[in-house]
Amino acid sequence: MLAGDSSLIPIAGATDVLVHWPGNLEAKTRSYLDLSGLGELRSMQWADDTFTIGALTTYWDVICNEQCAQAFPLLINAARQVGSVQIQSRGTWAGNIINASPAADGVPVLMAYDATVVMQSCEGIEEIPLDEFYFGYKQMRRRTDQLVVAIRMPRRAHDVEIFEKVGARRAQAISKIGLAITHSQDGWRIVASAVAPTILRCKAIETLLEEGSPVRSPDDLMAAIAKDVSPIDDIRSSRLYRERVLARILYHDLKGIVPSFV
Amino acid sequence: MSDVNTMQIEFTLNGTPTKVDVAPMDRLLDTLRYALGLTGSKEGCGEGECGACTVYLDGVPVNACLVPTFQVRGCHVETIESIPHESLDAMLTSGATQCGACTPGVVMTACWLNRHPELSKTHSVRELMAGNLCRCTGYDGIIDGIECEQRTKSSTL
Amino acid sequence: MRRLEGISKLTGQMQYVDDIHVEGCLWGMTVRSPSPRGRIREIRFGNAVDWSQCVVVDHRDIPGPNEVFLIERDQPVLASDYTRHIHEPVVLIAHESREVCRAAVADVQVIVDEEPAALEYRVLPKPEEVQRGNDNVLKTLKIEKGDVEGALANAAHVVEGVYETGAQEHVYIETQGMIAWVEDGVVITKGSMQCPYYVVNALKHALAREESGVRVIQAPTGGGFGGKEDYPSHLALHAALLALKANRPVKMIYERSEDMAATTKRHPSRVRHRSGFDAQGKLVAQDIDVAIDGGAYVTLSPVVLSRGIIHAGGPYACEHVRINGRTVLTNSVPYGAFRGFGAPQTLFALERHMDVCALAMDMDPVELRRINLIRDGQTTATGQVINDGTDRAAILDKAASLIGLKSKCDEHASFNATHPYLRRGTGIAVFFHGAGFTGSGEVALKSRVRIAGLPDGRVEVLTSSTEMGQGALTVFTTLAADRLGLEPKDIIVAEPDTARVPNSGPTVASRTAMVVGRLVERACDDLQQRVGLDDGARGDVVRDAIAMWHRNNEGKALYGEAIYEKPPGINWDDTNYTGDAYGTFAWAAYAAEVEIDLRTFSARVTDFVAVQEIGSVINETLARGQIQGGVVQGIGWALLEECVQERGAMKNCQLTNYIIPTSDDVPPIRVVFLENPYEYGAQGAKGIGELPMDGPGPAIANAIAQAIGVSADVLPLTPERLMTMMDSAHV
Repeated sequence: MLAGDSSLIPIAGATDVLVHWPGNLEAKTRSYLDLSGLGELRSMQWADDTFTIGALTTYWDVICNEQCAQAFPLLINAARQVGSVQIQSRGTWAGNIINASPAADGVPVLMAYDATVVMQSCEGIEEIPLDEFYFGYKQMRRRTDQLVVAIRMPRRAHDVEIFEKVGARRAQAISKIGLAITHSQDGWRIVASAVAPTILRCKAIETLLEEGSPVRSPDDLMAAIAKDVSPIDDIRSSRLYRERVLARILYHDLKGIVPSFV
Repeated sequence: MSDVNTMQIEFTLNGTPTKVDVAPMDRLLDTLRYALGLTGSKEGCGEGECGACTVYLDGVPVNACLVPTFQVRGCHVETIESIPHESLDAMLTSGATQCGACTPGVVMTACWLNRHPELSKTHSVRELMAGNLCRCTGYDGIIDGIECEQRTKSSTL
Repeated sequence: MRRLEGISKLTGQMQYVDDIHVEGCLWGMTVRSPSPRGRIREIRFGNAVDWSQCVVVDHRDIPGPNEVFLIERDQPVLASDYTRHIHEPVVLIAHESREVCRAAVADVQVIVDEEPAALEYRVLPKPEEVQRGNDNVLKTLKIEKGDVEGALANAAHVVEGVYETGAQEHVYIETQGMIAWVEDGVVITKGSMQCPYYVVNALKHALAREESGVRVIQAPTGGGFGGKEDYPSHLALHAALLALKANRPVKMIYERSEDMAATTKRHPSRVRHRSGFDAQGKLVAQDIDVAIDGGAYVTLSPVVLSRGIIHAGGPYACEHVRINGRTVLTNSVPYGAFRGFGAPQTLFALERHMDVCALAMDMDPVELRRINLIRDGQTTATGQVINDGTDRAAILDKAASLIGLKSKCDEHASFNATHPYLRRGTGIAVFFHGAGFTGSGEVALKSRVRIAGLPDGRVEVLTSSTEMGQGALTVFTTLAADRLGLEPKDIIVAEPDTARVPNSGPTVASRTAMVVGRLVERACDDLQQRVGLDDGARGDVVRDAIAMWHRNNEGKALYGEAIYEKPPGINWDDTNYTGDAYGTFAWAAYAAEVEIDLRTFSARVTDFVAVQEIGSVINETLARGQIQGGVVQGIGWALLEECVQERGAMKNCQLTNYIIPTSDDVPPIRVVFLENPYEYGAQGAKGIGELPMDGPGPAIANAIAQAIGVSADVLPLTPERLMTMMDSAHV
């Protein structure tokens, strides 16, 4: 169906689509493709070296999964900070990726776990690393005939796993800044949200960590942060706040973990 | 204006098989309130923030303002109208309701977490209730009512 | 007694205005001004809808004066040729389908030739922005006692400070809503409201009708907090105009974003303090300047200002006081009543300032407060002698010791010295809140209550005071039952329907239990007299006497009645703003413990104690609920709730972007009541509804200032604002 009509919008939990629906006259003119009948997409599969979650898997599904809590604790951590239980029970990880909000809560942790996006179309299956999936504000490497069917993550041993969400209140807030940090034998992954047109890996910070350059205060991170992100002033916060808080969280959370942070 | 494009949806509502004609993207909240006359679920925001429209979809709390009605076909939907009055005694005593506008949603989430004591191993009551905004009680009346009910339940087990 | 309507609310059976099904009802909606100020040149109707199927109302359809009846009559029901704020109502549309109605509203363009808008109340307007007098000042008020300049000149210490607070949105969970219809020539409106007789007056005036031609019924009201004090008059007028033109019932229910954008908010404020102290820290002079943003029309701003300045000097004894107040017109959506009504703003300034003074004089903040607290026989800023026997120092000490102001001091200091980024602190505020209308307000209201004795011996309480969550229904039932010795089931509280109930005044100003409740008691006494009993009669005797009266007077109605009488010795001079501003004050000390995360600059309240003397407690659960709810609203105002303004309108008008506390953002609120019965309040009660809004702001700001050494002189203390404050504190 997606191949036949490029304007169709696939929907799963609909928690983004229906926000302010009655007054959203423009949204009502569009066509939607309901995925909720595709029960086989609501799944979690554990292989020896990968963990795959189907596109209709909700946050709540993951929160309730004990194996997930062991192997991918940041997924649980982030999921619990998405909206409320009422949203967690409907919202899907794949929907979070495809809605492409720069402030999404699910995407940073997936990216920090090196997730890939698995898409299917009449032409076959394509798998794209999540950190290469976005190329601009709400711009994605998904053709309109492709449907995201799963998200896959490699199973690795991590010695650092951190997720920080900075919202206007503790629960139920849209992120002003999100930060996911992991470290494994494959190196550092520093993923930031709400500080750029897309969620992204902070490569300059990662390099700084890999190289072990000394960091003595949050200020020492500002140059790398300036290379990585480009936050804006908006209704929820300011550019200055986002830059500085990103630096302060990075500094304080890594101090004591990373020898070069002193 | 939607009669050109309506569909019949069948689902189980508060235990009763139900059929209703809806436009494709009608919100479950509107269907419940205006098509089926179940006005217990309230609209507080229309954006999934306040939780006043909380209902159970296959046993789990959801915001009815964010559910397209057609997605509940074949599902079990339970609303505040299904909650037995005797289960609300503790909340009545503790002062869980004041103006009452958020209350049906609050009660739905509260009853759900009282039915799932295992959640207390991982979650605090305050975290689980965070999806129900209340502007009157300051939440203490609500939390006290839930905790009182939990104590009563665990002592009678 | 447990909340009487509690089960009906807990089970979702309570029928709010949007739940009421009305056969043949149209949906009504509002076309609003896109501009803060200018001449309306044209209203353009598009072709997206079939206009012949829509009912359209504009200012030409108003039968009477195009004025919303309130303190002044400067506000139009519908803008005609001129608009003074964004979202001002211009055109009304009704249609059977809500969907079509929405499309129709979107299909109307209001074209305005814009003129320079005044958007800043803190500075003098530019000449081209002046719209009232020569400075846009809507109202000034002044309190003066003693010789302030002389006392300041001789003071050992003079401490100055400037304090600001932002607008606050009510966020009652039920949005504004109204149904209007015409029955036998009478215009009837039913909806969510606090003050049915305000609506009656507004309908009479703009619809040019006699009182018999209008009828107002309060529907169950899902929260008000002042937001449903004056605004329902607008909505009732709008719905009535549509219903009159359509000749069909019309229902108007605001969506959340419209409600947040178009209805009133708490007044933003700036308060300057200049305080003189003697060498021992005794307050010798207070020079206070209060400015509030009134928005585009007068609305209730003069009385908000009045309560604001009367509370500005606080619960302290000071011989030389000058308080200047003004409310200024701006082209913003008009500000209005919100729990506390000006007092939270001025008490924030005062109580934050007291900590600033303590620091400047190197004194303990509790000690500074204790030595200056009013003692019996001393006077407030207006010269009101306080003589109620309340131990105000005990209230202060109780709150200080419960929060651990002293005991936790060392613990916090060592925590703060060692933790890499968390900082903890405690703060306190002591304050008072006058219950009931200000000055001669209660006398002017002449509130009336009736108690009907029914043929079966039960009684019915008839008032226009509304239940909006605060517990009026339960309290009135308790009062009548206790007074007559009847069971609660023998008491009916009438639906506030102006066709049946007398005008017991508006449901505002913490006056319902104390003032109206007292009238309920007196009307019960009157009823007893009318059936030949004395005040002491109770229970079956009363019931039997009522039934007997009916047997002897078949077909007649039996009423006991009471009209407000000023307590003896209360005198207020409205010209000089001196005398007894309120019949009584409730006294309180609130204390907060906070934790600030220096990574994110965010502050969170980790403990909160609210100690207050409120006369007698009529219903402990209800009273505690009022305090806890008010405190959490105050925590929101102090830390989270910011109205982002653009061209005089709220930009973040969604619950996603206007942040109120969730259950996970606040600690349990510890409440302590100290009782000291007030002779002229029902069962000895004082008003408490507004009190809890006053304390959290300054207590939290003081705690934050103590923890991280910032000025904390502006609310809300959002992380972004704290970041800026820390920058300036540490340069």
